[in-house]
Amino acid sequence: MANNSFSLNRRCFLGHGAQGIGVYALASLMNQSQAADTEVKVPRWPGILNGQLHREAKAKRVIFLTMAGGMSHLETFDNKPKLRELDGQAMPESYTKGQPIAQLQNRELKCLGGQHEFKKHGESGNELSAIWEHLGSVADDIAIVRSLKTEAINHDPAHTFMNTGTTISGRPSMGSWLTYGLGAETENLPGFVVLTSSGGGQDQPIASRQWHSGFLPSRFQGVHFHSQGDPVLYVNNPPGVDRNGQADIVKAVQQLNQFRGEVVNDPEITTRISQYEMAFRMQASVPGLMDTSDETQATMDLYGTKGADGTFAANCLLARRLAERGCRFIQLYHRGWDHHGNVKGASQNTAKLIDQGITALIKDLKQRDMFDDTLIVFASEFGRTPMAQGNGRDHHIKGYSIFLAGGGIKPGTTVGATDDLGYNAVEDVVSVHDLHATMLHLLGINHERMTFQFQGRDFRLTDVHGHVVDKLLA
Amino acid sequence: MITRRILSVSVGLYIAAFSSSLLHAQEVDFDRDIRPILSNNCFACHGPDQNTREAELRLDDKDSVFADRDNPLITPGKSSASELFRRISSTDENEMMPPADFRKKLTNDQIELIKNWIDQGAEWKQHWAWTAPNRPAVPQAPKNKISNSIDNFVLAELSREGLNMSSAADRVTLIRRLSFDLLGLPPSTEEVSTFVNDKAPNAYANLIRRMLDKPQYGERLAMYWLDIVRYADSNGYHADKTRQIAPYRDYVINAFNSNMPYDQFVREQLGGDLMENATLQQQVASGFNMLLQTTDEGGAQAKEYLAKYSADRVRNTASIFLGVTLGCAECHDHKYDPFTTQDFYNFASFFADVNEVGVGNAPAFPVIAGMLADQIANKKKDIADKQGALNASSRDLNDTRKAWEAELAKQADTSITAGKWQYIGPISAASFDEAHDKSFVNEAEAIDLTVAIGDKKWSEKDFADGTIHALDQTPNAAHYLLRTLTVKAATKVELKFGSDDGIRVWVNQKEVLNNKVSRGPAADQEKVAVDLREGENQILLKISQGAGGAGFYYTHSNSSVPADIAAIVAKSLADRADAEQNKLSDYYRDNSSELKSQRDEIAQLQQQLKQLNDSAPKTLMTRTREPRMIRVLPRGNWMDDSGAEASPLVPGFMKPLAIEGRRPNRLDLANWMVDPDNPLTSRVLVNRLWKVFFGHGLAEPLDDIGAQGTRPTHPELLDWLAVEFVESGWDVKHIVSLIVSSNTYQQSSGLTEELAALDPYNHKYARQSQFRLEAEMIRDTALSISGLLNVEVGGISVKPYQPAGYWKHMNFPKRTWQLSGGNDIYRRGLYTHWQRMFLHPSLLAFDAPSREECTVSRPRSNTPQQALVLLNDPTYVEAARAFAERILLEGGADESSRLNWAYQSALSRNVNPNEANVLLNVLSKHVELYKANTQAADEYLSVGRRAVPENLDKSELAAWTSVARIILNLHETITRN
Repeated sequence: MANNSFSLNRRCFLGHGAQGIGVYALASLMNQSQAADTEVKVPRWPGILNGQLHREAKAKRVIFLTMAGGMSHLETFDNKPKLRELDGQAMPESYTKGQPIAQLQNRELKCLGGQHEFKKHGESGNELSAIWEHLGSVADDIAIVRSLKTEAINHDPAHTFMNTGTTISGRPSMGSWLTYGLGAETENLPGFVVLTSSGGGQDQPIASRQWHSGFLPSRFQGVHFHSQGDPVLYVNNPPGVDRNGQADIVKAVQQLNQFRGEVVNDPEITTRISQYEMAFRMQASVPGLMDTSDETQATMDLYGTKGADGTFAANCLLARRLAERGCRFIQLYHRGWDHHGNVKGASQNTAKLIDQGITALIKDLKQRDMFDDTLIVFASEFGRTPMAQGNGRDHHIKGYSIFLAGGGIKPGTTVGATDDLGYNAVEDVVSVHDLHATMLHLLGINHERMTFQFQGRDFRLTDVHGHVVDKLLA
Repeated sequence: MITRRILSVSVGLYIAAFSSSLLHAQEVDFDRDIRPILSNNCFACHGPDQNTREAELRLDDKDSVFADRDNPLITPGKSSASELFRRISSTDENEMMPPADFRKKLTNDQIELIKNWIDQGAEWKQHWAWTAPNRPAVPQAPKNKISNSIDNFVLAELSREGLNMSSAADRVTLIRRLSFDLLGLPPSTEEVSTFVNDKAPNAYANLIRRMLDKPQYGERLAMYWLDIVRYADSNGYHADKTRQIAPYRDYVINAFNSNMPYDQFVREQLGGDLMENATLQQQVASGFNMLLQTTDEGGAQAKEYLAKYSADRVRNTASIFLGVTLGCAECHDHKYDPFTTQDFYNFASFFADVNEVGVGNAPAFPVIAGMLADQIANKKKDIADKQGALNASSRDLNDTRKAWEAELAKQADTSITAGKWQYIGPISAASFDEAHDKSFVNEAEAIDLTVAIGDKKWSEKDFADGTIHALDQTPNAAHYLLRTLTVKAATKVELKFGSDDGIRVWVNQKEVLNNKVSRGPAADQEKVAVDLREGENQILLKISQGAGGAGFYYTHSNSSVPADIAAIVAKSLADRADAEQNKLSDYYRDNSSELKSQRDEIAQLQQQLKQLNDSAPKTLMTRTREPRMIRVLPRGNWMDDSGAEASPLVPGFMKPLAIEGRRPNRLDLANWMVDPDNPLTSRVLVNRLWKVFFGHGLAEPLDDIGAQGTRPTHPELLDWLAVEFVESGWDVKHIVSLIVSSNTYQQSSGLTEELAALDPYNHKYARQSQFRLEAEMIRDTALSISGLLNVEVGGISVKPYQPAGYWKHMNFPKRTWQLSGGNDIYRRGLYTHWQRMFLHPSLLAFDAPSREECTVSRPRSNTPQQALVLLNDPTYVEAARAFAERILLEGGADESSRLNWAYQSALSRNVNPNEANVLLNVLSKHVELYKANTQAADEYLSVGRRAVPENLDKSELAAWTSVARIILNLHETITRN
């Protein structure tokens, strides 16, 4: 099938899907009526590719760490001695003339040198700023990209662009595309999970559209896990109802729906029965996921967390637990990088909340042999200006830094560069579409061939753009 | 083509059946069979977009296809002499089309079709949707099988396929279907039995009429329209602030209920504000142009966002009314349809007069209408009546009035004689504090003007009242000023001061004011009302100076009687002119204590009037400005000003506007859309109405009628309905009635094995469709069954139960969901506050869209989240308990009659024995469970705001709540058959 277009794959799937889902559901029903108390296998969405990948996959899953607010590349991964030299002097107009600008509109533009020292680490010599106290220990495992550029200069559209490949609302997010294409390896949990934390800077809002499935079916929407209240909305029983009491309700619903299915030929009934089974099991598996008491003290210490308390470190641990349980796309947001003022202290504060968790995640995945098939992406929606905004920095889209690690990524490397002042990406420029193309490539998908027809057009995550970044590949 | 529903049922078999039937068809139709193949596989390089066009060949253009060439592309009747056929059937990698490295390939069936088309003469046809519909002839059909012409078209197609219509649905199914489709609610038990027992031949027609007259009909269609126009209660971008726009939603509901002609509906929304003598409702309708997403993010650039808004309006307006993807032409010419980039920006120019800011929030305007307008009118009348009565009272020269005049005359004789100012200063002090606080004279005793302070002596000054006078600027010093005020009778007077800096005042040796302050002087910084005794009064004023300038201001007003009134009241009645007498009466009316209660009553009414005015809902309306210059943005780049100027023109390949001598505006655009010659507007609307009643359109997708859309399954029926719609005067209820009156609609939805194999998507209509209710309707159904539903129509959006913390990721400002008061939490789902960034999670779970973009067809998913909502959302747990209360109170004495009552209420049928067994098992188990654990019962029953009834046994109620939850969770309860 490798040379066939995706639409053929889809049609093949649908061809047996006509009976396909029916067969699954029938099996499910029979199991249930024979042994109502045993667990019943829910038909798992096999992905529209149905196991027939376009190429060999290097990674099975993605953990995408969104540094929301716009992490300054100049305080983290992109060392610019020249900018330090020009600190306090006027930014050469040749850089900024005619360029889009956010809060610095109509202000005098002055250079602000990087606020932290940089140091080379490991055999690779990957260069990190001093605010990363832990990350240096895995510097040889990550690939830094210093030449990412994006197209939207305000938070909300920039996140939308990073997640969906366009700034127009209503298109599917990366996680939805991937669960649509590949399904998930779990029957008990959603395939696309979102976890959030904040701290270290002002909390820019995050919209649920960032994990929306757009025009893809809603089942591919990201499910937002919360650290307070119900971990998944409505996952807890009503007050006064215990698991047995709830089981009575669910079982009765299933039986009555089955009776209905015997008199009405409606394929949705069997689907609904299976979805109630999954819902009931999620009611147990979600709390099980969130309950980290089965982790060793060494693991807890590695992450520096006491349990699922909503911190970034705890979310990194949950990301690993979700990865183990077969989730396809796990996205963490940390809201705290919007440093318009005091970029020096604030970047350090935010990094403190991130550093140990991300480092622990990499180490933990390695010790569990999961690092090689887990693709980690660590990225903001944009970077920050080399120009000062007081003692902070404004939004910047023309060149900034991210890193990738794990499945299929070349370890211990740095790709691309910005100019001397950290303004424009000038070497091996990577667009957001390129990043998407590379991610899909590593998951075994040709980004040009996974499409979905909507409003008469074949849409894809990379729109009409995107090239795989070969230098990032192992 | 096949899009969203691929997951629920298969389409594969359908495609196979459909395409093979084409292969065997006698005649290949270019528009139906060939254009879709060319569009999907060839137009990308040989289509409308001139920038990606290869070999100067357009396969979407007849002239280009049949142009003179050495090797004719197509030789009609002879595929072997046609370059097109040679290339698509070639296996040579250098010759084959599509090229070997292109991601699309033609199938053998497709190649065969093209060959047949050429061999049959290669007749070219315009894309069906670009030509205005003509009313097609209605096919013949046996009279006993048809209800109206819709059935003729459907039967004709069915007989071609060798299929028949299913039998009519039973009356219970029919009324449930109709009730969900027209009202969005299940029918009540009474409504069901009335209809089932109605023996009249026109029972069904009467039922339709009854339902169309209910206010819930407008709500039901509004639900769909609000998706299409992307109505929401928040701005959408960044902070996603609340937006006031609910009156627009109510306008839509009213428009459907009053059956406003659709052409009028279109005009009012696009250009209501531009209409002559625009009514308030037309201005409310123009809020349509303001429904888009906006931002107020700090650091956003206005120019960028104005470009976004402009593109948003083009993209969405074209989707909403025309069903075309004009939005695709923002950066390049359309790939499939003949829309150019210039067309896109020309279209944008129609909206260039919308007055808006790129970054910020549009102002909302009050809407005083309906009941509120009546209340305000009544209040105003009330006030006018009371004022009339007060006026009359004030003209009545009765004894009270006479006594008042006598008293007034006495008071009036208390005019003030003010003596000259005496001044001493500046008296230096160590500090400002000392200057202000220390007594340099003995203020508690009458001042002796002969006593000096150091070298300073009292002297007379000519300081006029009512102006600011400068004093010596010595820092840290005090100044004293003294004068007498003489009155003939004790009176109240108001003293007014200004000072630089501090001030203290004594009247008759008693301190009445002390303000240690640093400031410059101004009039009336201080006001003190004081009582003057008969005769002489001493006013002592101290100004304390810190630094800078020094000065003071003084004036007094005799608060008792103004001079002109005093003059009038001094005259005898006979000596007063009419005007003077009226003036005195007005003074009596406005000041006398005798009429105070009447005045207070009026003041209270005026306060109420103000509250009523303030309570008016506000809404965004379109306001105009001088049209902005719109330019083509090269590749959509908002920073590039080099593009050609655009002007308000409709797409070039369509019938042009007939406007000369002035700039066309939004109203002209609307008129063009609803011109009977417009090929799109009527087809698009009837197609979408059809979808409401069958689950999918006659032409899919509903938002792309262009070359990439599939040809309608029933093109003649679509055109017949479109023409009928226009000729009926764009009568929406007429089309709705036609559809639901048809036998096609009234069929059973039973899916037989045969139909499941031949037509799983029900594109031939050999049956009705069965599908899950829309998100809002699922909520409404549970509330309706439980008796909790609040059927109030319209008003600001409401906030029912929502999980705490769900909004925690919103900011600027941070917000928490404020649960609505009273029974507003039981309003219909369409009134739920629609927050774009975080739509209510239980609506979201059932596929309600966030309404950022035009949505014409919601997906119908079937997910575990939906189960969790119905099982655990307090809305449904509380509804179940309320339903349980009704079951116990109204459902009869024994369990089986109660179960039947419950099933009748929820499902309009009796429970069968197998079902009853399952439910009774849970019932008895849970009675025991909650008897043994009364605390759990209490917790269970206390979900929600509704009070727990005292008169019901708690364990029994809890157990019936479980039964009710089961019923509300049933697939049957949330499915329309």
